[in-house]
Amino acid sequence: MTDALEVAGLVVDLPGRGGPVRVVDDVSFDIPAATTVGLIGESGSGKTMTANAVIDLLPSGATTGGSLRWRGEELLRASRARRRQVRGHEIAMIFQDPLAALNPTQTVGRQVGEILRRAGQSPQQVRSRVIELLDRAGIPEPAARLRSYPHEFSGGMRQRAMIALALAGSPALLLADEPTTALDVTVQARILRLLRDIQEDEGLAMLLVSHDLRVVAHVAHQVVVMYAGRVAERGPTSAVLREPAHPYTRALVDSVPAVRTRTALAHPLPGTPATPANRPSGCAFHPRCPIAREVCRVEQPSVRSVGSGRWAACHFAEEA
Amino acid sequence: MTRVVVKRLLVGVLVMWGAASLIFVIVRAAPGDPATLLLGPDAAPDQIRELTAKLGLDRPLPVQYVSYLGDVVRLRFGDSYLFNRPAMAEVFERMPATAELMLASTAIAVIAGLTLGLIAGGRPGKVVDRVVSAGTIALQSFPTFWSGIMLILIFALALRLLPSAGSGTPAHLVLPAITLALPFTATVARLTRTSVAETMREQYINTARSKGLTERQVLLGHALRNSLIPVVTIIGLHMGGLMGGAVVVENVFAWPGVGTLVVDAVANRDYTVVQAATFLVAGIVMIFNLAADLVYSQLDPRIRLESAA
Ligand SMILES: Nc1ncnc2c1ncn2[C@@H]1O[C@H](COP(=O)(O)OP(=O)(O)OP(=O)(O)O)[C@@H](O)[C@H]1O
Ligand code: SF4
Ligand SMILES: [Mg+2]
Repeated sequence: MTDALEVAGLVVDLPGRGGPVRVVDDVSFDIPAATTVGLIGESGSGKTMTANAVIDLLPSGATTGGSLRWRGEELLRASRARRRQVRGHEIAMIFQDPLAALNPTQTVGRQVGEILRRAGQSPQQVRSRVIELLDRAGIPEPAARLRSYPHEFSGGMRQRAMIALALAGSPALLLADEPTTALDVTVQARILRLLRDIQEDEGLAMLLVSHDLRVVAHVAHQVVVMYAGRVAERGPTSAVLREPAHPYTRALVDSVPAVRTRTALAHPLPGTPATPANRPSGCAFHPRCPIAREVCRVEQPSVRSVGSGRWAACHFAEEA
Repeated sequence: MTRVVVKRLLVGVLVMWGAASLIFVIVRAAPGDPATLLLGPDAAPDQIRELTAKLGLDRPLPVQYVSYLGDVVRLRFGDSYLFNRPAMAEVFERMPATAELMLASTAIAVIAGLTLGLIAGGRPGKVVDRVVSAGTIALQSFPTFWSGIMLILIFALALRLLPSAGSGTPAHLVLPAITLALPFTATVARLTRTSVAETMREQYINTARSKGLTERQVLLGHALRNSLIPVVTIIGLHMGGLMGGAVVVENVFAWPGVGTLVVDAVANRDYTVVQAATFLVAGIVMIFNLAADLVYSQLDPRIRLESAA
């Protein structure tokens, strides 16, 4: 299987009050073609910044390092024009809050069709393609909804419109940043299923960012677990969730009863999450880790192979 | 939509009543009386009493007020004491010159202000932004009469490029229009800048970028319209302030508009002209505000929907 995106040693620094803060620190993972990779971690662990780095939408003042290879091409060293060409047409993004992510003063049809219009398609072509896209995203009576404004849609419908918008440029990689978090619980599952169906039907590569293990468990083939801006563990979803190779992943799994059916009670994660701005020494997880030892406080564990296709950053991965 | 317009119009009527009443009180509270001024310092007390009675100014104030309101409702403002012809005709005659000045100033302020604000707001914190911000603060702090005199000194007296006073040719319009436009331009620029900078932080701007648009396309296609919403309201509201500025500018440049007329009328205690002019100005300001509201609701479909519901 060829890799669509290879992230290697990705670093993102954001300007902070006391100098730059490394919010993404040496992150590596691959997204093979036609595969969904789940990116999971607590709030502030750098998931959004990782996705934003991929599509080149970091806040102003951010600096990057490492490598982002897109179909063999280095994006971090590509020209501005080339990166712009990739955005929308090769890599597209779905955002967490569809109400905020859609322009309130433009009709849904106009926003979904913009990328086609700018590419020089005729109004008729754009119209019929937009109807197709809205239909694909599960919006009923798409021709009638073209002229609606985002505020006239329900939350679920807005996210469907956002999905149609992201698909309009026929991307090969879809970044979905918490696509269901802002939605009603009842529609979350439907949107998730839609994303999975689209990913399978179109053979898309997808990066699904979520803090919810259940979301990732349902949709992702592979999972990347982030903690305080670093990768804690990555590997095939089922294997990682069945047998975590990092105490943090285990704690995550234990905190969700549906994923781990062996225990009747869910154990909420103890302690407070480390932030990139205030990262503990050595292994950033050590203050919360139940099996931490002296070495964990001083020495940062590097990501190492812990089985077929599995990688973890823990000195004692075998005991996790 | 219609209901909103009707509601605004009703409020407008109240405002007009307030304005008419206020001016009634103010002109009468000011020292000096019209008959004395019209007849000159040598007039006999009998003559003055006779003229005062003829003008109806000997009646008790409440009586004057009621008859004045009755006239206002019928849009009758009486004759000018000074010119012996309808006061409103006097005002109307001066209106085109003032309208010309205000339109030219508004055009300058809107075009220059929006452009500057868009350039600065699209790159918040960058050099252009700082230059525009500093420049507009300076512009806002100059009093109109001072900047008018400065422009006269530079362009009329020193460079001899433009006439310093009067009217008749387009060249005569340039300096007064720019003078009147300066603080307005600064206001529009600052407001646009803030609004654009704020809009550029919205999530949907990132969505637009995620479509591979250039920053310019993002700015013009997605940020501009949404940033304009608050700006339009301010432009509408500011037209009232512009009317006030016009009085000063017209007098600095001897521009034959309502502003010079009002100042002359006040000096001569020509109450009817002052009242007619004020009433007309209040009406115009009200219409601008209403128009601003309507444009605002057209720009933002969320407001359009609410007012329809
Ligand atoms: N615009 C910004 N400027 C400076 N720091 C930021 C900015 N946005 C986010 N951060 C910081 O960067 C770090 C990573 O943030 P990021 O948004 O990637 O986290 P996340 O994993 O997506 O969290 P969440 O689940 O809350 O979305 C956080 O510590 C956050 O405080
Ligand atoms: S390296 Fe040490 S502290 Fe970190 S997760 Fe492993 S055992 Fe725990
Ligand atoms: Mg996030």
